[in-house]
Amino acid sequence: MDEQIDYVRLGLKVGLEIHQQLDTKHKLFCDCPTELADSSTPVSEVERYLKVTKSEVGEVDPAALYEIKRGRKIIYQIPKGHACLVELDEEPPHELNREALKITIAIAKALHSRILDEIYVMRKIVVDGSNPTGFQRTAVVAIGGYIDDEDGRVGIQTICVEEDAARKIDEAAGYVKYNLDRLGIPLIEISTAPDIRTPEQAMRVALRIGLLMRLTGKVKRGIGTIRQDLNISISEGEKIEIKGVSKLELIPKVIRYEVQRQLKLMDIKRELRKRGVRADEITCNIKDITDILRSSNSKLVHRELRKGHRAYAIGLKKFKGILGVEVQPNRRFGTELSDYARAWGGVSGIIHSDELPKYGIIEDIVVSIYKYLKLDPERDAFVVVISDRERAERALSAVVERVRYALVGIPKETRGANPDGTTRYLRPQPGAARMYPETDVPPIRIDEGLLKEAELLKPKTPEELLKELVSRHGLNKEMATQLIKDPLLPMYLDLVRELGELIKPQLIATTLLIYLKGLKSEGLNIDSLTEDDIKKVLQAVGDGRIAKEAIPEVLSAYLRKNVENVEEAINMFTQISVEELRQLVRKIVEENKNAVSRKGTKAFGLIMGKVMSLVRGRIDGKIVANVVQEVLQEFHSEDS
Amino acid sequence: MGNPEGLEVGDLVRVVKNNIVLEGVVMPATEFTSPDVVILKLGNGYNVGVSVKNAKVEVIKKSYAHIGGEALRARTSISGRGTLRLSMISTGGTIVSKVEYETGAVKPALTAQELIELAPELLNEVSELEVIELFRLLSEDLTPSHWSRIAEEVAKRIESGAGGVIVAHGTDTMSYTAAALAFALRNLPCPVMLVGAQRSSDRPSTDSVLNLRACPVIASRAPFGEVVVVMHGHTSDSYVLAHRGVKVRKMHSSRRDAFQSVNDIPLARVDFPKKTFKLLNRRYLPRSSLQNFTVRAKFSSKVALIKAYPGMDCGIIDYLVDKGYEGIVLEGTGLGHVRRECIDAVRRACEEGVIIVMTSQTLFGRVNMKVYTNGRKLILAGVIPGSDMLPEAAYAKLSWLLANVRDRDEVRALMTCNLVNEINEVHDAEIYPRWYHG
Ligand SMILES: [Zn+2]
Repeated sequence: MDEQIDYVRLGLKVGLEIHQQLDTKHKLFCDCPTELADSSTPVSEVERYLKVTKSEVGEVDPAALYEIKRGRKIIYQIPKGHACLVELDEEPPHELNREALKITIAIAKALHSRILDEIYVMRKIVVDGSNPTGFQRTAVVAIGGYIDDEDGRVGIQTICVEEDAARKIDEAAGYVKYNLDRLGIPLIEISTAPDIRTPEQAMRVALRIGLLMRLTGKVKRGIGTIRQDLNISISEGEKIEIKGVSKLELIPKVIRYEVQRQLKLMDIKRELRKRGVRADEITCNIKDITDILRSSNSKLVHRELRKGHRAYAIGLKKFKGILGVEVQPNRRFGTELSDYARAWGGVSGIIHSDELPKYGIIEDIVVSIYKYLKLDPERDAFVVVISDRERAERALSAVVERVRYALVGIPKETRGANPDGTTRYLRPQPGAARMYPETDVPPIRIDEGLLKEAELLKPKTPEELLKELVSRHGLNKEMATQLIKDPLLPMYLDLVRELGELIKPQLIATTLLIYLKGLKSEGLNIDSLTEDDIKKVLQAVGDGRIAKEAIPEVLSAYLRKNVENVEEAINMFTQISVEELRQLVRKIVEENKNAVSRKGTKAFGLIMGKVMSLVRGRIDGKIVANVVQEVLQEFHSEDS
Repeated sequence: MGNPEGLEVGDLVRVVKNNIVLEGVVMPATEFTSPDVVILKLGNGYNVGVSVKNAKVEVIKKSYAHIGGEALRARTSISGRGTLRLSMISTGGTIVSKVEYETGAVKPALTAQELIELAPELLNEVSELEVIELFRLLSEDLTPSHWSRIAEEVAKRIESGAGGVIVAHGTDTMSYTAAALAFALRNLPCPVMLVGAQRSSDRPSTDSVLNLRACPVIASRAPFGEVVVVMHGHTSDSYVLAHRGVKVRKMHSSRRDAFQSVNDIPLARVDFPKKTFKLLNRRYLPRSSLQNFTVRAKFSSKVALIKAYPGMDCGIIDYLVDKGYEGIVLEGTGLGHVRRECIDAVRRACEEGVIIVMTSQTLFGRVNMKVYTNGRKLILAGVIPGSDMLPEAAYAKLSWLLANVRDRDEVRALMTCNLVNEINEVHDAEIYPRWYHG
């Protein structure tokens, strides 16, 4: 569908907010290390509650805020050696980490941003418990700047340094649990202007910024160390914030799906107007339909009812078919309503008439519900929530509010990215963040000394890097140019740094740009390959265990799940010596001696085929041919 | 700490520098702000520091935001649905300080309404809640004359029938004030509760909420009529302790469970979230009737508290005597010693009529000056052994005795006499903390 959408004509505007963990020795405001704990790290626990003032809602999901206000317990796991009294909010923060500041300045300089003269740390209120203080410490380090892209220059708004939040590890009714190891790891936050015009441009810019950060050699790598947020709008739509896109490759998809969603929601609005639906007809008149649903055979329903929950329904006049409209792949308007019910009511979701009969709720029951709610099955719709009364009321009134807004257009939302590129509703967009000065941390004057030290970390420009790929890595110009634009460039640079002594950069580039793409075109999921997997395979080439031609075969065997792990795949293709090969050929000739005798010299093709199926990739084909020839001659001379 | 270029706090300005334009409201400078830097609050809420050197600065609007102090609010009150008459006297400190997010200015005020916002359930427990703002002082700035003012104010509230009095106080010297009030206010009909915060009340993680919530529970449930310090018992928000005011000490510079009883156990604890009251210490002063309540609020400011240390200059003692000091509390080493060279200075002080009391810098344990020679010599010189009194409690006691008891021999006698459980004759093995040993 993408080809038909002219994003420029739709007035697409995208801004990026990129968060990247910095690889500093210490955390941002204390002297703890920046490595995460592992499962063997001993932990102790502390329990806290947060005070929430009504004017300071900030970025919290409504249901979570409701729980916190009702006194939800927050449990903090303190992993020994990974968190101290500062993280626990039992000791004032130390001075802002100068190493983190230097890295931030270096990246800001590469983005042509203006470094401020004196840095002031702020407290941004966050009451979901992810920070024991109830706020995140953050500071603007630089303002303005730009990054160039083939579709035009994209402005930079602000560059901040801030502390990462604690890691949520468990959540249930009444409590939420966090591990404090991640809390306080320095993050750089780069916000671009909404100058991006196409989904592809967004990915290129994110890639370019990501690369620039990687080239300082001072940022963390691996899962969870980088996170992209997007804000997306089209002319007739609304500016939507999307949080937590963890994979670069997902960015264009997320944008396309969001544009699709906004267009679909506008279609729904037009359809509702055509049907003459009025806002005052959409009311939150909740009916208890437990007795009707009890007669169904639905396992889902009975599981909920056994918990003592009841089923509550509201009718939506003239909404037949609307809840079933697909707004994103596999997400209907009803799914959007379900998000609202979950976010506001803390319920597990909704059941709506456009998806029934389903879940073991048969047609007869659907008819009974329509009848009980005094609705027209041909024209109307209904929504059911199974929960306790209080949660159901909050969930259904949120659903009603959302349905009413369908008449107006697209609500301003903060949404979360799903792994497939679709998004889900999280919360309404907060107003301007509440910021207090962090009075416990003195300001830092940016002086010449600090700027000079930062200069040493400044990443290379793409042009400088291209030159280096050609002159120092020995790549040809074409491949170097391609590599510069590829999302795998950071991985390439890592692999060169780690294996450069052992194998040629050329082979690493070929593996990433040609072999992997080939495997992908065969339909294999190359996303499941980690940098470590690839490194092991290349290492095996460097060690002489496998031939370089075997690389695609090893990866293919691993991806096809023919083997347990990449190590086994490597073993399958481990090189054999000429002597081993000779033994193998002799064995095969012996096994097929009747055919060989019969065919005479023409037996070469038969034996060669059988041998190659066993040794392909483990030894050069030319050697195999020679050995097969020799062994056959040997056989025939003995035979005659 | 003035702003450069005649800019005033609250002005909306535009700063143009190296092609970057910054617009924001001028914020008050901090102690560490460079002289050429102006702090701007930008539209996104962030504060940034910009040097006005080589910059074009333009005032868009003078006094765009109002940033100013507020006068002391003498008394505010609020009615609730409960039965307890609760008074709170605010002296300042972290518990009442709030940073205004618009300006960054610290506002150390607290009204009854704001107290309710901190702990809304108070409305269900009190019939009336009054807040009297007495001072706005950091605890290190309080003197014995402030103790007198606080004691008088608390007495007024008690005499007017309060069922409990809270004193909001900075934590650094809270135990000094607590001890002073314990000597000044006798035969209390209700608990007097000193409450503070290690994290200011404007923070979502403030410890003041739990400490304050414990107060009505203690006021209505405690059998004792004593001055207590009501603070977190644990780094978790799990329980709050009521420590005896003469036996408590701030033992950590920043933790919320910094306050601990020394040479005694806390009087009571309140467990959360259920708010159950548990009496921990059977040795307490029971609540008295209002008729028997007495107040003697005077304190002498001519008492010094000094710590013995290796190489201590004995001239320090001579100096105090020459300055007309009436009493000295010594924080001696170990069982209660100062270096041999200083014994003559101590003898001269005692001969001049200065009352010298010995406590121990070990804090835990009791002084015993009969074990070693220097101790015996100090006794002969006229030093009064302070038993297991905390140096702070001995200091407040001596200051109170010297202001209220004319006869010096009587002062000396009362100093060793247990008045309000400031001396604990029996130390159980349990009352010494278990430290972490790996
Ligand atoms: Zn730490």
